[in-house]
Amino acid sequence: MPDGAQPQGNGQTARSEQSPKPSAAAPIDRLVEVVDALPGGSVILTTVEHVLNWGRASSIWPLTFGLACCAIEMMGAFAGRFDLDRIGVIPRATPRQADLIIVAGRATIKIAPIVRRLWEQMPEPKYVISMGSCATCGGPFYYDNYSILKGIDTVIPVDVYVPGCPPRPEALYEGVLKLQEKIKAEPFLRRRAGLAAPA
Amino acid sequence: MALRTEELILNMGPQHPSTHGVLRLVVTLEGENVVDVAPDIGYLHSSVEKMMEYRTYIQSISLADRGMDYLAALANEMALLRAVETLGKIETPQRAQWLRTLFLELQRIASHLVWLGTWCIDIGATTVFLWCFREREKIIELMEKSTGGRLHYVYFRPGGVYEDVPEGWTDGVLAFCDDFAQRIVEYEGLLTANPIFEVRTKGIGILPRATAINLGASGPVGRASGIDFDVRKAFPYEKYAEVEFDVPVRQEGDVFARYQVRLEEMRQSMRIIRQCVAKLPAGEIRAPKVPITLRLPKGEIYTRTESPRGDLGIYLVSEGGEHPYRVKIRAPAFSNLYALTEMMRGWKVADVIAILGSIDIVLSDVDR
Repeated sequence: MPDGAQPQGNGQTARSEQSPKPSAAAPIDRLVEVVDALPGGSVILTTVEHVLNWGRASSIWPLTFGLACCAIEMMGAFAGRFDLDRIGVIPRATPRQADLIIVAGRATIKIAPIVRRLWEQMPEPKYVISMGSCATCGGPFYYDNYSILKGIDTVIPVDVYVPGCPPRPEALYEGVLKLQEKIKAEPFLRRRAGLAAPA
Repeated sequence: MALRTEELILNMGPQHPSTHGVLRLVVTLEGENVVDVAPDIGYLHSSVEKMMEYRTYIQSISLADRGMDYLAALANEMALLRAVETLGKIETPQRAQWLRTLFLELQRIASHLVWLGTWCIDIGATTVFLWCFREREKIIELMEKSTGGRLHYVYFRPGGVYEDVPEGWTDGVLAFCDDFAQRIVEYEGLLTANPIFEVRTKGIGILPRATAINLGASGPVGRASGIDFDVRKAFPYEKYAEVEFDVPVRQEGDVFARYQVRLEEMRQSMRIIRQCVAKLPAGEIRAPKVPITLRLPKGEIYTRTESPRGDLGIYLVSEGGEHPYRVKIRAPAFSNLYALTEMMRGWKVADVIAILGSIDIVLSDVDR
């Protein structure tokens, strides 16, 4: 689904319900409504969204949230051989300046509220990549374990799951590229203005 | 008129680029000076010891790879298997022992490279991070050709190793050693005589020898404080008694001493690797007749190995079944972290990062 409204994980609410859309009184949203109402206006909006999405997808700045072993492969992906900087991915230390959180590694129950708080501190539009089997589903720490969460999607909604234990840096690369595809397909302006997404 | 001063309690939370994992430090500051540091751990507790009670010994090997110290996966496997093989009186063939020693030292270099890269990027030397990871990619390629894994190997088995190394693999190892010898010179050239690096590390975060002994610091942290103890020399295992190597010890106990100890350890590891390649015999790589569902005789044992972090001990209790009754892991990073408060008192906030990186903790080892 382009606007990411599908529920993910166990008993999740859809993403659009979790962060309420900004008030339609914002000037940009009024402009979008006006243009949409014009004959042929959706063509203009689609083109503008195309350009904006291209800009957003080409400069995804993640908050590095390296928890365990997957963090080492994530560091390897940022390092020289599998340079993620080539596709515009620069790690930021603070969630306020990040638009992606790569949850790399196993999340314990103790760190679950921290992850949730970090995710909530990120400004919209934000995305989550769950890197590795542990963040996806609990991984090798699923059975007989009292402390590891069975997937980070029990706490935050995830956009892209990258399986592996740990996933190769190329696999994380593919996850980021898939996220780029997802971003490029979003009706960004129209969703902001609360208009119906194109069929 | 005196300035009113107050102590500030600063939370270096579990998410911070410089805590090398999910460690929370509650730092009490008087201006910029650190008065007290309270580490808050447990954010990565993976209940490994409990899980091992429900796993067979071979299944526990894959758990040891990941759940303890993920940077030195083979060292964890070795620790677990040393306990298993000693309790079960399993003899490993000669070739397997030489291969294990070789792999363990390659793992030591890889672990120290991650330490150097991440510590240097914490204190601001970004280039070293890229260089270290470039070298580490070479080691990982060698590991992948023989074990199949980049970070987690599950290569050691009770009685030996899983598969023999491919043709020409040892030539690759020697080529790496020749190349790496020059790379260490490059790292030293960038760091050791660098005045900024010296100001940030010399004389900072001193851990006196007596305190280090009392708090149980081991590994490079202990050796930088003057404790001349290395499990490879004191309680040799595998082929460490038959290779020549020096154990670097420094007396100053500061951050610079720990850096020097680890750099020298990388050189000594190369020395051991060359000897292993030269002396590698032909033969079996796995003891015959070790069943997959291994049952150990009833008993308990404590064995120790030298992981890149320090003295890694395993206390294994077996009741004669397929699963161990209890596995207690003596984690070196846990004890080294305990010495953190002593090391940090009195220094400045910027030094907190340098000191924390220099003890080379891996939170998975601390929390298990």
